[in-house]
Amino acid sequence: METTGTTAAQGTDRPVIDLLQLYPRDMNIYGDWGNVLVLRKRLQLRGYDVRLHEYNPGDAFPPTVDLIVGGGGQDSGQNKIQADLLALGGRLKELADDGVPMLAICGLYQLFGNFFRTGTGEMIKGIGLLNVDTVAGPTRLIGNTVIESSEFGTVIGYENHSGQTFLKEGTQPFGTVTKGEGNNGQDGTEGARYRNVVASYLHGSLLPKNPAVADFLVRQAALRRYGSFDDAPLQVPFEVQARLDAAARPR
Amino acid sequence: MCKVKGMRHLLATLAGKTIREVAKLRGGGSALPGLVAEKIDPGFLPRSLGSLPRGVVVISGTNGKTTTTKMVVELLQGQGLKVFTNRTGSNFTRGVVASALGESNLAGRLDADIAVLELDEAHAVHFVKLVAPRYCLLLNVMRDQLDRFGEIETTAGFLRRIAEATTGTLVLNREDPRIAALADAAGPNSASRAAAVQVRYFGLAPGLRPMFPSDDDMRSSAAVVGGPAPDDAAAAAATLREADVVLTACDGSAASFDVGGRRIDAELKLTGVYNVYNAAAALALARTVLGPDADEAALLSSLEDVTPAFGRGESLTVNGQPLDLVLVKNPAGFRLALRSFPAAGYRTMIAINDNYADGRDMSWLWDVDFESLAATGVDEVSGVRANDMALRLFYEDVPVGRVDTDLTDSLERFIDSAPDTPKRIYCTYTAMLALRRELGKLTNVEVIS
Ligand SMILES: [Zn+2]
Repeated sequence: METTGTTAAQGTDRPVIDLLQLYPRDMNIYGDWGNVLVLRKRLQLRGYDVRLHEYNPGDAFPPTVDLIVGGGGQDSGQNKIQADLLALGGRLKELADDGVPMLAICGLYQLFGNFFRTGTGEMIKGIGLLNVDTVAGPTRLIGNTVIESSEFGTVIGYENHSGQTFLKEGTQPFGTVTKGEGNNGQDGTEGARYRNVVASYLHGSLLPKNPAVADFLVRQAALRRYGSFDDAPLQVPFEVQARLDAAARPR
Repeated sequence: MCKVKGMRHLLATLAGKTIREVAKLRGGGSALPGLVAEKIDPGFLPRSLGSLPRGVVVISGTNGKTTTTKMVVELLQGQGLKVFTNRTGSNFTRGVVASALGESNLAGRLDADIAVLELDEAHAVHFVKLVAPRYCLLLNVMRDQLDRFGEIETTAGFLRRIAEATTGTLVLNREDPRIAALADAAGPNSASRAAAVQVRYFGLAPGLRPMFPSDDDMRSSAAVVGGPAPDDAAAAAATLREADVVLTACDGSAASFDVGGRRIDAELKLTGVYNVYNAAAALALARTVLGPDADEAALLSSLEDVTPAFGRGESLTVNGQPLDLVLVKNPAGFRLALRSFPAAGYRTMIAINDNYADGRDMSWLWDVDFESLAATGVDEVSGVRANDMALRLFYEDVPVGRVDTDLTDSLERFIDSAPDTPKRIYCTYTAMLALRRELGKLTNVEVIS
């Protein structure tokens, strides 16, 4: 595990948020680093110091974690982390049940579920944090995607996955697809929600163009650790226009 | 060749050539005549290329194909070889057919000693089914247009098919683990090949390896203390393979190579360490093709004369000041470009389009480390996805001047606002084409069809 404080952190009494990126070495494709950058910046702008932790297979899990982010990977990357993730699964489930906000994108979304059944029928076990099942699909679902979410409004991203995910009993979707394929190209759902966990196939990166989702995660992290959060809206330039541009592009 | 086949070959050549002339008059694309010839005679390509005395070279990989191909062609020409190549950047099979038509006589004979072809990974798989290359040069596998191919492993699989079809020698990048792993495609059970296939490598001295982040350690080490641990196992494995050409030092355009155990210093017309590493690849391939007959002094002087392929670090002059166009199309390439060209003393513009040829997914911009632009800032951010790019820069604390999706307006402001300062534009493929069109009105820019 690698840890760093923000440079301004030492000697100030700004509140600290411990942000953990899961498996950055093997699961960081498709701009997942962008999600970390956005969370860190939006916390800093609101007066928090951010301690950034990286967790790779075999690392010690930090004692204090307020916010967890994990991303997609090549199939080879998923193989490398699978055993470690299964061993860590109990801890992650405890944290999720305790209200720790998490963002799981693409490959990690799949492995947060019950299983991934590959094209050759092989069963890859997930940690079952989310009650969802994934099976390999015949084609990749690729392209610009727009979903409507009752919690977050219009969410804009880009999907690229061959796994088809099906929500099982009691699991709510992240949103409903208005452009693109979503979880499985069949039922119109995209992603999954559980407690403060947001799981989705959308990258792009997801958070820069979807500040409502970023601020939900940030707010839950601060509330859980400090009991309060100053929800002053941030004025981030280019954000609104970047959303409009992306939504207007062809699939 | 039997009579009917010969007739059909001639017919295909004629039809293709006629359409090529018509297409030229209309200023049309380069693939149409190839399509026609391919339809009339699917055997056109195997026969045209199959008879070349020194065979066919296929060059593929994610980054650097165009510049490397240009270098190989010029190195071989410098040794007196007649080289056929698909020069117009039509790196699909049809483009090769079209180029072959253009350089065949009416009987359909291609007047060349060797063919050196740049091929897109996926199209190369189709091509090698038609024509088995004698040599292949495989450069790298990086994330590029994953929205088309899906995964790096898929792309690596395409390159494996090229390696498996090659009959003579594989020339491989020792430093890219997915490329180096293709050496086993030379093994006896990889394909039904008569003779054993040789493997040769080009590589980097250990001190230069950190300049070339692989996709597996794409994450910025500046972001987290210590950063991701380097892959020691991969580095150790690389050192065990002996490379024919090793890039040992690179400072601007001055480069040193270890070639077959001897040190060679060169003053290149190429800048940017990634271009210079392509020169190592081209040298290794040329030495493989030429064997002991190589005229080393001529190779060196050819190498020093090579200029970058269009758009790949191309330097134009506008109002008496240099204006560099740097093509960026994936995170590793963009990172390398930023490391290769210091920002100080230059004004910077970034133009990002997301048309089909650029790739529609903008995620890759978040995997590029823009810290090196923080001191100077970026004067103009343009292209269809200018706002995505500007948002990216905001989150890395890089100051941004103007943001405008209109490329022409951005370019005009960029040039007019600081007439006495050198300028550099990082641009995606279709943005580069549009910028070159505009720049053509101001300065002499090579026209490409
Ligand atoms: Zn994905």
